[in-house]
Amino acid sequence: MPVAFDTAPQHAEYAHPEVLVTTKWLAENLGTPGLVVLESDEDVLLYQTGHIPTARKIDWFTELNDSVVRDYLDGEGFAKLLSEKGVKRSDTVVLYGDKSNWWASYALWVFKLFGHEDVRLLDGGREKWIEEGRELTREVDPVTPSDYPVVERHDAPIRAFRDDVAAHFGNPLIDVRSPQEYSGERTHMPDYPQEGALKGGHIPSAKSVPWAKAANEDKTFKSLADLKTLYFEEAGLNPDDQVIAYCRIGERSSHTWFVLTYLLGLKNVRNYDGSWTEWGSLVGAPIVKGDAPGEAPAPKR
Amino acid sequence: MSKTVNTEALVEDFLAIPLRDRLTLLLEFSDNLPALPARYADHPDLLERVEECQSPVYLFVEVDEAKEVHLFFTAPAEAPTTRGFASVLHEALDGASAEAVLAVSADFPDQLGLSEAVSPLRMNGMRAMLARIKRQVREKLA
Repeated sequence: MPVAFDTAPQHAEYAHPEVLVTTKWLAENLGTPGLVVLESDEDVLLYQTGHIPTARKIDWFTELNDSVVRDYLDGEGFAKLLSEKGVKRSDTVVLYGDKSNWWASYALWVFKLFGHEDVRLLDGGREKWIEEGRELTREVDPVTPSDYPVVERHDAPIRAFRDDVAAHFGNPLIDVRSPQEYSGERTHMPDYPQEGALKGGHIPSAKSVPWAKAANEDKTFKSLADLKTLYFEEAGLNPDDQVIAYCRIGERSSHTWFVLTYLLGLKNVRNYDGSWTEWGSLVGAPIVKGDAPGEAPAPKR
Repeated sequence: MSKTVNTEALVEDFLAIPLRDRLTLLLEFSDNLPALPARYADHPDLLERVEECQSPVYLFVEVDEAKEVHLFFTAPAEAPTTRGFASVLHEALDGASAEAVLAVSADFPDQLGLSEAVSPLRMNGMRAMLARIKRQVREKLA
């Protein structure tokens, strides 16, 4: 039984308003049976410095990634993880985190690889909750383990692999990294270490729409009108396009995947989590340097 | 007499406990990062930004007449891992001789047993902090 949806008017215009909750809604619904709040941050210690009461932590690096292979958990691993977190398959999961929900969107995308039905994002994330002076605690409540079923990961609908990208040429690609990463001036975000890929640049024909353009100053998502301007008018997407988004390792592009899928309502958006750390190191993969998208090569099917 | 660098003791402290507790220990370090003295708090321009870190962390190194090293850091509360790393380096190196600081292995951050829990970019940030400290020490000795 899902927890009642947030019917906040500011979300009503989005294609899927049910996947967002406001800070007000969350504050009022904390402790509701069937609601699990999970915090997903870039900084592995941030949760421990203070978190939303009742929230449990989920860590992208140590928990959602496989510890050996570059991949996500398999069905058994995910079932074990969520059982330990006390999450039931029928639970309503609200995710939030630092950096405009960048890592919370990433966790949400991984939950969707396993088809968890009711996962929502706290609009504005950790920053908005704190900005509003809402309660934080270091208390970690004991968790009653659940019995989360083993569900096989279903990648195809929302996850693109490198061969999918090569077969996709001619359809839109969105590069959500910084302009300097897109042009090839650097292979990581500004202020982040140079790391991860051997070559700089972008996948031919990809349009540059840095992910954070979809977020307001207060870390909430931009209005539908602003998002339409950004992605439809400026980046040239159409509502019925098939789109692949990518970044460096697939986390920032999860944010864009969320926006395109749930706020703008595109039906076929995939996240290429191999992203630039894979493409920029692949022998022979086509690359364009500079600010122009460049021509799409012939698709390899 | 300068204090000796206690990198080995810190490595032992971290490795003696399970991974989960190592993070708690790092959080304690983060909570205890000394505040900047007024001479730097009022002059952020004197501090060097550690560009390799994902969060804005700044550091300043003094080498006094006895050639003892004194370290000053600032990093925001919302970057506890970065603060923790800065605080560990402070604990390890502050008050030690310049010579001893320069002799610290560049691998010290990797020896703390945190790389299973902390992403490679972060570990890179801590190595970069150490490298910048050593570079400033060399510059100040010259």
